[in-house]
Amino acid sequence: MTQTLATKPVSPLAEFWSYFSSNKGALAGLGFIVVIVLLAIFADFVAPHHPHEQFRDFILTPPAWTDGGTSQFLLGTDGVGRDILSRLIHGARLSLLIGLVIVTLSLAMGICLGLAAGFFGGAVDSAVMRVADVLLAMPPLLLAIAVVAILGPSIVNSGLALSLVYLPHYVRLTRASVLSEINKDYVVSSRVAGASSLRLMFITILPNCLAPLIVQATLGFSNAILDMAALGFLGLGAQPPLPEWGSMLATAREFIQSAWWVVTFPGLVILLTVLAFNLMGDGLRDALDPKLKQ
Amino acid sequence: MTDTQSTRPIMQGLGLKQHYSVNQGMMKPKGTVKALDGVNFSVEAGKTLAVVGESGCGKSTLARLLTMIETPTEGALEFDGQDLLKLDKAKRKELRQRIQIIFQNPYGSLNPRKKVGTILEEPLVINTKLSKAERKEKAIALLQKVGLRPEHYDRYPHMFSGGQRQRIAIARGLMMNPKVVVADEPVSALDVSVQAQVLNLMMDLQDELGLAYVFISHDLSVVEHIADEVMVMYLGKVVEYGSTEQIFGNPQHPYTRALLSSTPRIEPEKRIDKIRLTGELPSPLNPPSGCAFHGRCQFANERCSAETPVLTEQSDASTVACFGVDEGRLPYLVSA
Amino acid sequence: MTDHANHLLSVDQLSVAFGTGKRPFTAVDRISYHVDAGEVVGIVGESGSGKSVSSLALMGLIDFPGKVSAEGLSFKGTNLLTLSEKQRRKITGADISMIFQDPMTSLNPAFTVGNQIMEAIEVHQGGTPAERRDKAIDLLRQVGIPAPESRIDNFPHQLSGGMSQRVMIAMAIACDPKLLIADEPTTALDVTIQAQIIELLLKLQREKQMGLILITHDLALVAEAADRVVVMYAGQIVETGPASEIFKAPRHPYTQALMRSLPESASGSDRLQALPGVVPGANDRPSGCLLNPRCPYATERCRTEEPGYIGPEGRQAKCFFPLDDNGRPAA
Repeated sequence: MTQTLATKPVSPLAEFWSYFSSNKGALAGLGFIVVIVLLAIFADFVAPHHPHEQFRDFILTPPAWTDGGTSQFLLGTDGVGRDILSRLIHGARLSLLIGLVIVTLSLAMGICLGLAAGFFGGAVDSAVMRVADVLLAMPPLLLAIAVVAILGPSIVNSGLALSLVYLPHYVRLTRASVLSEINKDYVVSSRVAGASSLRLMFITILPNCLAPLIVQATLGFSNAILDMAALGFLGLGAQPPLPEWGSMLATAREFIQSAWWVVTFPGLVILLTVLAFNLMGDGLRDALDPKLKQ
Repeated sequence: MTDTQSTRPIMQGLGLKQHYSVNQGMMKPKGTVKALDGVNFSVEAGKTLAVVGESGCGKSTLARLLTMIETPTEGALEFDGQDLLKLDKAKRKELRQRIQIIFQNPYGSLNPRKKVGTILEEPLVINTKLSKAERKEKAIALLQKVGLRPEHYDRYPHMFSGGQRQRIAIARGLMMNPKVVVADEPVSALDVSVQAQVLNLMMDLQDELGLAYVFISHDLSVVEHIADEVMVMYLGKVVEYGSTEQIFGNPQHPYTRALLSSTPRIEPEKRIDKIRLTGELPSPLNPPSGCAFHGRCQFANERCSAETPVLTEQSDASTVACFGVDEGRLPYLVSA
Repeated sequence: MTDHANHLLSVDQLSVAFGTGKRPFTAVDRISYHVDAGEVVGIVGESGSGKSVSSLALMGLIDFPGKVSAEGLSFKGTNLLTLSEKQRRKITGADISMIFQDPMTSLNPAFTVGNQIMEAIEVHQGGTPAERRDKAIDLLRQVGIPAPESRIDNFPHQLSGGMSQRVMIAMAIACDPKLLIADEPTTALDVTIQAQIIELLLKLQREKQMGLILITHDLALVAEAADRVVVMYAGQIVETGPASEIFKAPRHPYTQALMRSLPESASGSDRLQALPGVVPGANDRPSGCLLNPRCPYATERCRTEEPGYIGPEGRQAKCFFPLDDNGRPAA
């Protein structure tokens, strides 16, 4: 079909939005994420109590709508009398921040390594890809536990460990996209124009490789939150009394049978957040991948 | 064509060779592909040299050598009297801008994530110290020169049709005031009516700017229209080289003749007696001995499979590499 | 428009539209033509003219968002429109077959060519595996593949483009079709190979007295190969006629413009007479005659009113002012 000049040029952003917004699941995911992000930012104003404050008289109070509940603690309190709602809201801040840091770190390093591997080929390619293969060969959580065991359990170290675990995915993805773009004529014509290697890599090629990376990063965000929660659950991530969703689950283990709300709400929040990111990731993929259009 | 002796070629290649070594799999020795095997050519300012041949004949390799995307294994490449391969880096970078390329597929040759303005200005950003406003002025001037409008400056490539994209690609090629433009099948991806627009544009620009074109194509009717000289290639070698009148009026090499007779023509009087080739292009990894064409040539004899013919000058000043022509035993030439 | 029963294939007012909602895009707009047994009909047009879509519609290969409608569509006197999906597939697979542009992607890379040809034979003719293999070897020989006994076990990637297209042709004629549709069969091939393939197609067509629809953008190819020509523009047929006449004296300005924009029609280093503008797309279809914004002869009437087909049976042009033998519009 011959493409004719539209009277008003559609900006790529508007085009992207029209595809993205036609996906209801993705919109719902985006909506939930926006709410969580806002809650995290304004946690200090939104949360009814301080996350560390212990109400000794209200230990294990059930949620407000059940028998024995009080409107002071909407989702009830935990084993030492802290307000679960406040801890969840503050926990969002921590979990999202960690997810963001992990994804940014592994994405940035992955892009650089993948670009170098795809662009230079040969020995650089072999070296980078073999290291990535080795990392991929280890069970991810085990690798993370090993790294944390070496560096010592803390929220920063487990973040570093997880970025290392996710790194190979971004390297491989970037390299594959670079290889499919590098022989296209527009790259050759930039070469003819005298562009340097760095310019070719970052200005000419990279923007055309971003779509699958953005999708992978969104999905990686949910993985990061999930794995961080797992590390927290194992006691290797955030240390008490920090309100992190995973460690909240871990400390609530003993109440699984007696006080269901202490376990259920952190679990539910993790589930919904991960689901929201996955829905949004799928929507992004559909909107950004030209092969799926039309 | 009469003043050939008086003008100096703007660009010429002397004995250009490009050999690639290829892995043929485990346990097998590395093979050599002679993508180009001793090619001489020259092109003058304001003239068009057409390079004709089928896939695998080395015409795209030639384009990559001319634009210095690749360095030849052997041979010299002279631009304005200076051997580009022997110059120092800075001088070469400067001269490189005088040779530009236009690609076949206008959908792949423009970066889809950049605006037309950014694409056009890239060579200026890299190679000059012009200010932003000066760059924009130049880009818009060239957009208008290739028949587009200034408001197209802010649009993305996907908003344009194939013909318009090819115009943008031509404008980009002209940003650095080149002397030589290598056009690699520039119209074969376009519809007939659009193809005519682009060919007209290229001829107008040549007249106006004195550009030399190296026009690579498999479409002989386009070549006949635009070229001054024609070089026919087969499996990395030149088999016939002459003026357009000579090649189309009196094709001598059997391969040239076969190409011409395979090209469909609308007007019955332009169709010439068919020479049907049997078989297909031999593998460049394992080229036949002697004349590379002998396996498909109905006039081949034992000498053709044993010895390799060289380009020899004919009475009409064209050069042909064929024993059949040398020995005067090609029936179509005898009867003519 | 014509008597359905006498033609091998008769298409009456076929339309294909894509997209739903307020503005569906009409890819094929009320086209009517016919093909007789033993006849080569060339359909020419630029990209976006609907020439490929119309043949896909014939084969029942237009998928969901596309809507196909027609007044009549008959093959050997059978009305294809009233058949069930299954009955229709039986006809389209055996009696009508199709060859596509890119032989490299039309063959399944995971199976040998023999496998793929034998599958085509099995579906429509059955037979024991040994019989099918013999038939497949025979087919490969018919399409001029050297040493078919060994080539039959090759995988597609071991064949060149020309060889792959020969295999595609072998598959297409496996069931002795009455009608062969070749959609740009040589566009992806080199010039000398292209000539071989066209020669092969025409030879098979003569031997088997098939009807052949040759879809291409190459006017010169049609001029050499076809008996009758159908010229399409923006989804509509603009001109039909015998090949010998249509290229000598085109009646429609579009056909004339196409011919004039060919490099071979220019004398010496003159500029070509290019048709300005581009084929209208989904959003900018003009009113009246679809060519009017690009036509040098357009009048006020062309801009407002859609022309009908003018001219004797079999030599018609969709133009108010068809051109005369000197290439000038009628008054």
